Amino acid sequence: MRRLFRIYLEKPELAGVALLIVLTVVFEIRSDGVFLSAENLRGMLGLLPEVGLVSIGVTILMICGEFDLSVGSMFALMPVCIALMTNAGVPFIPAMLLGLVIAAAVGFANGFITLTFNIPSFITTLGMLFIVRSLTVVLTGGFPPLLSSDLPTGVFTQFVGPGGMIRASFMWFVIIALIAAAMLGGSNFGNWIRATGGFFDAAAAMGVPVRRVKMTCFVMCSMLAGFGGTIQVFRLGAPLPSIGEGLELQAVAAAVIGGTALMGGIGTVFGAIVGALLIRVIDNGLVLSQVDANWFKCAVGGLTIFAVVANSWLRRTARRIKVEA
Amino acid sequence: MTTPLISVRNLHKWYAGVHALKGVDFDVQAGEVCGLVGDNGAGKSTLIKILSGVQRPNRGEIKIDGRLVQITSPKSAMKLGIETIYQDNSMVPTMSIARNLFIGREPLRFAIGGLGLLDYQRMREGAMRAIADVDLQVRSPDALLGELSGGQRQGVAIARAMHFKSRVLILDEPTNHLSVKETSKVLGFVRSLPAQGVTGILISHNLHHVFQSCQRIVVMARGQMVLDKPVDETNVDEVSDAL
Repeated sequence: MRRLFRIYLEKPELAGVALLIVLTVVFEIRSDGVFLSAENLRGMLGLLPEVGLVSIGVTILMICGEFDLSVGSMFALMPVCIALMTNAGVPFIPAMLLGLVIAAAVGFANGFITLTFNIPSFITTLGMLFIVRSLTVVLTGGFPPLLSSDLPTGVFTQFVGPGGMIRASFMWFVIIALIAAAMLGGSNFGNWIRATGGFFDAAAAMGVPVRRVKMTCFVMCSMLAGFGGTIQVFRLGAPLPSIGEGLELQAVAAAVIGGTALMGGIGTVFGAIVGALLIRVIDNGLVLSQVDANWFKCAVGGLTIFAVVANSWLRRTARRIKVEA
Repeated sequence: MTTPLISVRNLHKWYAGVHALKGVDFDVQAGEVCGLVGDNGAGKSTLIKILSGVQRPNRGEIKIDGRLVQITSPKSAMKLGIETIYQDNSMVPTMSIARNLFIGREPLRFAIGGLGLLDYQRMREGAMRAIADVDLQVRSPDALLGELSGGQRQGVAIARAMHFKSRVLILDEPTNHLSVKETSKVLGFVRSLPAQGVTGILISHNLHHVFQSCQRIVVMARGQMVLDKPVDETNVDEVSDAL
C-alpha cells in the first residue's frame, strides 16, 4: 500500500492510466468487440490530436498557475482566419503562419491583461472566450467560409502508417507532445514553469523571470488551441464558426483528470494526454455501448469531480505516510 | 577603516503614500555578521528587499566593494553574490530538493539563448554535496521539499546559498516557525559564517538571537537607522529602548 502511494505521488497520471485500462475493457465487452476494432480506433485517433493539443496547452498553463478559458473560441478563430485568408489569395504556408501569429496575439493579450492589471486569468480569458467567439462569428457572417479543396491539408489529414490506421495529424501531435514533455520535464524553462506555479513569490525571489514564464505559457496555450482547431477543420473540410464550444472546460477536465493540480505546480504532459484520451474513450464507449449519448457530459463531470477529490485525498494520505516513514 | 563590502547611502523608498525608508545609511564590513533589528514597519524588510533585488529604491546609492551598483532583479543581486533566505517563502514545496537547489541557475547539458536541457545527474550530485556541506541529513535529493520539516527546508535554503558561493548571506527571520532545536542549529550556522568567508546580515525579532550570533547590531525605527554598535559595546536594554 505504502509503495502504491509513493508511486502515485511521483506519477499522479498513473491513476488515469489505470482508469483508462478499466474503461477500455468494460467498453470492449459492452460493445461486443467493436470498441477496439480498427475502424473505431481509427476514428478515435483522428479526434485525439485535436483535443489533445488543446489539453497540453491548458495543462502547461495550469501548471504555471493560470487558466485559459478562451481556447475553445481560439479553436474556431484560427481555422476561420486561415480559410478567409486562403480564399483571399494568401498562399497556404503564410496563411498558417499568420493564423499562428493571431493565436499568439490572443494569448499575449490574455497574459498581458492578466499580469498588468493583476487580475485572475479566469476572468481575463472568460472575457476573451466571448470576444474571440464573437469575432469568429462576425468574420464569417455566421456561415462557414468555403475551404478550398486545393489546399495541401493532406499534410495533416491523410492516413499514414500500417493499414492507414492513423492520420498525419497524429504524427504532428506525437512530435509536439514529445517536445512539450521534454520542455516541461527536462529543461530549465520547465523547471521555471513548475516553480512559478508552485510558489510564485519564491520563484521570483530565486531569480526566475516569472512574468516572462507566464506570458510564454499563455502564448503557447493559445497557439496549441488554434493549431488543434485548424487540424480539425482540415479533417472536417468546413470551418464552422461554432466548433470548439465547451472545449475549454473539457480541456480543464482533461488536465485535472490527468493529475494536474488546480493551484498549479503539479502536472505532466503525459497526464494531459491521458485525460484527453479518457474523455474521448468515454464519449466513444458510451455510444458503442448503446447508452444515450447525452450521458457523456454527466460522465465527464462525474469523473472530473472524482479525480480532484481522489487526488487531494491521495496527496494528503501520501504525505501523512511519508512523514511517518 | 577598510572599504565596506556593502555600503548603502541615503536610500529612500516610498510605497503608495508611505515613506518606508527615509535616507538610510548602512554599511556591512566583509567577514562580519551584522544583526538588523527593528519593530514591524521600521523598514528593515524594505531595505532587505532592495538589497536582494526584489524591489528597487526610489533614491540613493548602493556600493559593493566601493563600486556603485544597480540591483535591478533577484538575479542581478545573486550575480553580485548576495543571497537571501526568507522566513518561509524561499523554496517551492511541490518540487524536489535537487530542483529547488538549482531553480534559476540550472546546470544544462546544452543551451540556446539561456534555455536548454537540464543535466539532472549534476543537479542530484550537486544537491547531495550542498546538503552534506551544511550538515543536513535528508533521504534523497528527489524528496519533495513539502515533505521536509521547517528546519530541514531552511537547511536546504542555506545549502542553496552556500552552494553558489555567495559573499553575503541575508537571513530574514530565518528562525520563525522553527523548533528550539532547529533554531539553535540555524543560529550556529549563522555564527559559523565568518569562518567560511561569508558575510552575514541577520534580521530577527529576537534580540537574544542577535546578541548570540552577531558582531554588530543595527537598529531601525520609522525608516531610519537609530543605533549602530558592536555587540559588546551595547546590551539588550539599550537596543530595546532604541526600538
